[in-house]
Amino acid sequence: MAATSSDAPVQETGLSRPELASRANDRAAMRRRLMLLAPAVLIITICGLAPLSIVLAYSWMQPAEYAGVIPQFSPDAWINLAFERDLFSDELLPNFAYYSIYARSIMMAGMTTLLALAVGFPTSYFIATRAPHRRNLWLFLITIPFWTNLLIRTFAIMLILRDEGVLNVILLKLGIIDTPLQLLFTNWAVSYGLAYAYLPLMVMPLYASMEKLDFRLVEAGYDLYASRFQVLRRVIIPLVKPGIVAGSILCFIPAIGDYVITSQLGGGKRMMLGTLIAMQFGPARNWPQGSAIALGLMIIVLIALFIYAKKVVARSNMR
Amino acid sequence: MSEVTAAGETLTATNIMRRGRRPRFDVKHQPGFGFMAVLCVLMLYGPIVLLVTYSFNQNPSITIWTSFSFDWYVKAYHNEQIRDAAFLSLKIAFFASLASTCAATMAAIATTRVKPYRGLTLAYTIINQPLMVPEIVTGIATLVFFALIKQMTGIYGLGYLITAHIVFCIPFAYMPIRARLEDMDLTYETAAADLYATPWQTFKRITFPMMIPGILGGAMLAFVISLDDVVITVLVSGPGEETFPLYMIGAIRRGVTPELNAVATAFLCLSALLVTVFFLVTRKKKE
Repeated sequence: MAATSSDAPVQETGLSRPELASRANDRAAMRRRLMLLAPAVLIITICGLAPLSIVLAYSWMQPAEYAGVIPQFSPDAWINLAFERDLFSDELLPNFAYYSIYARSIMMAGMTTLLALAVGFPTSYFIATRAPHRRNLWLFLITIPFWTNLLIRTFAIMLILRDEGVLNVILLKLGIIDTPLQLLFTNWAVSYGLAYAYLPLMVMPLYASMEKLDFRLVEAGYDLYASRFQVLRRVIIPLVKPGIVAGSILCFIPAIGDYVITSQLGGGKRMMLGTLIAMQFGPARNWPQGSAIALGLMIIVLIALFIYAKKVVARSNMR
Repeated sequence: MSEVTAAGETLTATNIMRRGRRPRFDVKHQPGFGFMAVLCVLMLYGPIVLLVTYSFNQNPSITIWTSFSFDWYVKAYHNEQIRDAAFLSLKIAFFASLASTCAATMAAIATTRVKPYRGLTLAYTIINQPLMVPEIVTGIATLVFFALIKQMTGIYGLGYLITAHIVFCIPFAYMPIRARLEDMDLTYETAAADLYATPWQTFKRITFPMMIPGILGGAMLAFVISLDDVVITVLVSGPGEETFPLYMIGAIRRGVTPELNAVATAFLCLSALLVTVFFLVTRKKKE
């Protein structure tokens, strides 16, 4: 209220003395809050938001020969997202190289989400049906790896998957294979790595909705002669659907923009959005192109977050 | 029934009746789910356990186990390149967590336990902004921004990397401090004011001491987040600033040595330890 009244001159408000005093207090409190907020808000605005607008500006400029940009308007970077210019006829042709990268990114992120769901769903159900004091221990176990360095965890996976890695050594010793299998630098390695890294993001929201599951409904299902599987499919899954949606979105978002796992386990050849963006700022030296792809990725993520906020957060607030 | 839920939980009337007639039917049970949960934990910890085990392996070939030793830790410590990279990362994490915790503490005081005011939602959105943008986008945006500043001012240094870390550490430092403040009852502050304490005295003697667990938690989380970051660090760090992730990427490319296992294990343990302490410090007391 203080903010609206501060515009009006105090003499004309016709308020009593205590009311005036409380308004002065409110204004002082407001000033104090602004001062307290200033460091965090300023540093994020200057070093977080301003850079994004520079990226937006750069995406409409021409690339300089050795990194950087030439400040001249050019929509090329955005057009390149979908089309490429024919070298001779200047015709616009579909940019299949990028299409395949988009398709791979979406496919890998989707595969990751499904894998994480397949493992995360039973796990979070199991945790939610433990005794309360046990649940926290399980959740703690699941979240700890999430707080450790992603590169180190990726490196640990490499120890298992590489040619002379543990898996190949075991398989060779058992005589199942004669020559080491190529496990690293495959699509499977990348999606396994992504699912491994983002599994906690799937388990947490799933657990949150399973914890609230009303087991009287499950019991009612059994009373009506449903089998275990029927109860799971017709009762439990529909009830925890918000958790499934939330977990899937939270898992999909970092997976589609991932850089570390894709570049380490994918071996550079299997380009995805994250690695493509990094390449434009690295060896390809096309900053406008990188900026345009980055903004495209950000738009996808913001849409996903928007759906998440509308569907999941709004619904959980209603209850 | 192999999986038994906690006593008391499943003792509904139906279950008790059923128990008399046939083996107890657990409505909460789903076949194979326990197995999947164990598999999940194995999947999460398998690679980590392997890494830790190898770091204690005497044999330089990482696939053959000979005997337990601390050799690689000693070697890693005496490797100047590793030591410099590790200390640089720790230094960045220290300054970034210190600065972000200060900013987050102030912001938390201004945004918790207040009547909603104009701009409050905006403040939340700005503070959480670093969480909403994909890391790679933040990374390249910070890269071009700092490149521009460096070009204009000619100033170089570690400050850029620390600043980049402060930005994404703020929301993580903010969360536990805010949670702590929201749990704090205003009655203590009101009592202090009733006893003629000035606002500053109230803050110094009541509010701040009560906030300390939240602030410690926030600082620890910020430290861990800074230490874990790879993408932004790799993109933003200038020439000569070889942080641990950069060293590690280089080492993986050059060929892995057991020293890398040792130093990676050390970093893992540090993060895990800090997070464990974080959970213990910020744990809500059950009534």
